[in-house]
Amino acid sequence: MERAPGSGRVPRVLAESPSACAPAVSQASLLRLYHRFRALDWNEKGYLSRVDLQQIGALAVNPLGDRIIDSFFPDGSLHLDFPGFVRVLARFRPVDDEDNGNRDPKEPEPLNSRMNKLRFAFQLYDLDRDGKISRQEMLQVLRLMVGVQVTEEQLESIADRTVQEADEDGDGAVSFLEFAKSLEKMNIEQKMSIRILK
Amino acid sequence: MPGRGAPGPGWGLLLVLLALGELPRAQGVEEKPGGAHGESQGFQVVTFKWHHVQDPYIIALWILVASLAKIGFHLSHKVTSVVPESALLIVLGLLLGGIVLAADHIASFSLTPTVFFFYLLPPIVLDAGYFMPNRLFFGNLGTILLYAVIGTVWNAATTGLSLYGVFRSGLMGDLNVGLLDFLLFGSLIAAVDPVAVLAVFEEVHVNEVLFIIVFGESLLNDAVTVVLYNVFESFVTLGGDKVTGVDCAKGIVSFFVVSLGGTLVGVVFAFLLSLVTRFTKHVRIIEPGFVFVLSYLSYLTSEMLSLSAILAITFCGICCQKYVKANISEQSATTVRYTMKMLASGAETIIFMFLGISAVDPLIWKWNTAFVLLTLVFISVYRAIGVVLQTWILNRYRMVQLEIIDQVVMSYGGLRGAVAYALVVLLDENKVKEKNLFVSTTIIVIFFTVIFQGLTIKPLVQWLKVKRSEQRDPKLNEKLHGRAFDHILSAIEDISGQIGHNYLRDKWSNFDRKFLSKILMRRSAQKSRDRILNVFHELNLKDAISYVAEGERRGSLAFIRSPSTDNMVNVDFSTPRPSTVEASVSYLLRENASAVRLDMQSLEQRRQSIRDTEDMVTHHTLQQYLYKPRQEYKHLYSRHELTADEDEKQDKEIFHRTMRKRLESFKSAKLGVNPHKKAAKLLKRERVQKRRNSSIPNGKLPMVSPLHDFTITEKDLELPDPEEAPSYDAEEMSGGIEFLANITQDTATDSPSGIDNPVFSPDEDPGILSAVPPWLSPGETVVPSQRARVQIPHSPSNFHRLAPFRLSGKSVDSFLLADGPEEQPHAPPESTHM
Repeated sequence: MERAPGSGRVPRVLAESPSACAPAVSQASLLRLYHRFRALDWNEKGYLSRVDLQQIGALAVNPLGDRIIDSFFPDGSLHLDFPGFVRVLARFRPVDDEDNGNRDPKEPEPLNSRMNKLRFAFQLYDLDRDGKISRQEMLQVLRLMVGVQVTEEQLESIADRTVQEADEDGDGAVSFLEFAKSLEKMNIEQKMSIRILK
Repeated sequence: MPGRGAPGPGWGLLLVLLALGELPRAQGVEEKPGGAHGESQGFQVVTFKWHHVQDPYIIALWILVASLAKIGFHLSHKVTSVVPESALLIVLGLLLGGIVLAADHIASFSLTPTVFFFYLLPPIVLDAGYFMPNRLFFGNLGTILLYAVIGTVWNAATTGLSLYGVFRSGLMGDLNVGLLDFLLFGSLIAAVDPVAVLAVFEEVHVNEVLFIIVFGESLLNDAVTVVLYNVFESFVTLGGDKVTGVDCAKGIVSFFVVSLGGTLVGVVFAFLLSLVTRFTKHVRIIEPGFVFVLSYLSYLTSEMLSLSAILAITFCGICCQKYVKANISEQSATTVRYTMKMLASGAETIIFMFLGISAVDPLIWKWNTAFVLLTLVFISVYRAIGVVLQTWILNRYRMVQLEIIDQVVMSYGGLRGAVAYALVVLLDENKVKEKNLFVSTTIIVIFFTVIFQGLTIKPLVQWLKVKRSEQRDPKLNEKLHGRAFDHILSAIEDISGQIGHNYLRDKWSNFDRKFLSKILMRRSAQKSRDRILNVFHELNLKDAISYVAEGERRGSLAFIRSPSTDNMVNVDFSTPRPSTVEASVSYLLRENASAVRLDMQSLEQRRQSIRDTEDMVTHHTLQQYLYKPRQEYKHLYSRHELTADEDEKQDKEIFHRTMRKRLESFKSAKLGVNPHKKAAKLLKRERVQKRRNSSIPNGKLPMVSPLHDFTITEKDLELPDPEEAPSYDAEEMSGGIEFLANITQDTATDSPSGIDNPVFSPDEDPGILSAVPPWLSPGETVVPSQRARVQIPHSPSNFHRLAPFRLSGKSVDSFLLADGPEEQPHAPPESTHM
């Protein structure tokens, strides 16, 4: 497969993709992402389907790969267009000083804010979208991420313990705020950022 | 200070020869003790043969003095917490030097370049390389190189030129120096010194990124220093007017030769060393020796070839650590670790002490206030400017930005040390007329940076609130989610098609796995699970010790033999499973605790400690078994000593799971089963399953050859029903199959570890798998493995179709194509590792 011919389409789509959806992603990054998008869209549908993303070999060996793919397709949609693609990726842009400093508090939070980064992670756990990570959901993620050497009982005890540790109101589940609180010591801004998306 | 009097005034004169090691001259001074002990002729029952043992004796004494001094310093915690040890040692050296001078009226001892470069420096640098946190180092390599190369050149040039400028203005008075002398001086004073940096920064505990940048710079700038020094020295010899452009070009070329050559020598010796340790199974005793001898040889070899010796031994340590640590026995590893630390710390002690002693010599002092002060000002100011400029450039490319505070610490941490001193002493007095001025200025600079900056950097770091490295045990949540974040990030990188660091790392780790590890690692090390068992063993020991200590506290160990010990749970595993057994130990402890505890308070404590232990166990389990994201395990040299096999296993494991799941959801979509309904059904089944699971003695896997699970021939993989994938043409399907087959064949060929390791099995239920892969079982419904069965209900939204893999030789992953047109399309096995 050659690099997509007819790169004349690039400017149009770039112009189409309103910078509102990813305000701070630079033009260069946008162009790079667009090429990537086109390359993933190998049969030139103009959108990506789950299958397209599943074909990335590395994702098949990523324990959370499928969940991450799902997060590109919110609300059960089957098509991922370029703005949507960028919007998801924009969360992983590094946080700049200017983002924190002189931001108008009335404006919506930028996509790459700490909370949005955390929210992305949170929704990978929270499959039923009830705003809480239940013990079951925690257990599932653990199962995905832990090698088969660990027994079911161990997994359960770990899941219990993890939930207990973060659970503050005693409802046996981790809400988003509790989730964020349990990670407050962590440098999320750094940990959930990719330099290339600057 | 203990031992200060050891080199007593009486025989101080004898000690002339320490550093020089010139035996012949011993004759001259030997009479004194001889005279003291009578001059009778003929046979003597006891003879005093001082000259016979003089040199080693003196060396040993000095080492003793330095070591005793170290004990002395640490008697007072207050002193050492404020004043860095290096500063204390310098002061001690000054005192000792004063005593020697008062006794002998001649400065008998000094740090000679030979001793320094041949014996004192190598252990320190080797230690630095061997224990280098490789991931951190290579992650910041670009930054480090920029500071080391450009920064050092900048420092040398600006310092030299500015001094020359001031000299021309006449402020320094009349000196017999030219531009080249100043540049030579600039080049030797420019380099940040690894010994000084290590000594001071080790006590400051700044965050690891900051540390690795300053420290890495100090190590890697050696090549620049060597080249600049040699170039300018030869220029000075030539005379300023005879220097041509060709010479300058040669100088630049020689920089690449010296640095790359030195690195190459180091890598070659690292290779040899790793290879040798592979075959030392029957000579365990001398095993540690190889590490030292071969790395020392790398140092000497590159010194012989006039390459950068520091680079050579650094890279020797960096490159060999992974393989050597895997190859040598546990005891040998401990020996190496302690010996290396001991040598390095001893050498460091001696260096600083002798820096002090060397300074007490009236012959070398030539004072020029303007020159000394201006040098101090220039090196500080230009370093600060250089750091700021370079950081400004770097921050455009770095993800972890270097803040202003970091830059301050980096500028302030530019300590000069013994390397500069040794280089300046090496200068030829006939060529460099003002050698003594340079020497005394260098000494002042070193003392100023080590003592003054060393003293103040700690308060400065505190005052600026520089991020410290913290030794905080992460909470479970942090650990778990942190790992999840890593996975997310690597997935996002894959999706966004970024290649860069990780891509190169990936290539290297493939190479490492396929060739290097095979050659350089013992077969047993390649597949050993030693590390896990070791940690497990240690944890168990810890438990046992606390258990026994508890018994001793109570005055008797009788309770150990109490009947409650009999109810051992879960200990009959044929295969020890670290965490399970561990858990059972703590369980046992708990049982006993309630049996033997009387007073409530200590019972509480006991509970607490049990909780801690369990926490530890859980952490340990997570640490051990959480899948590692690519960034973590695919780096050049693992700090965590992961063997490559583990990575492969992990990949396969996840891959199998993913495929199974995708197939499952594909199936359900195809069959029109409402996934939610099915999910509910399966959820029920899962509960049953769980109950069943708990009745299975956990951990006891049947020893059916696990290899069987993987070895699926291509023929076996033919889909029973081609209609299962109607939307994809046959070619693509076979492509997918080839891909799968590739994996399996891969396993079959290079997984002897898989055979030996009964604990590892892709599934909890090998029975189903070994007969036929689950997705190929005849009949209408796929029989999912237990694991899959358990999994599927939890992802009801997960009913996308199976992706055929286009990764085989015919069709190529778009990822590779999109980002690297030069990439070979034939890379199926590789894609499994990405």
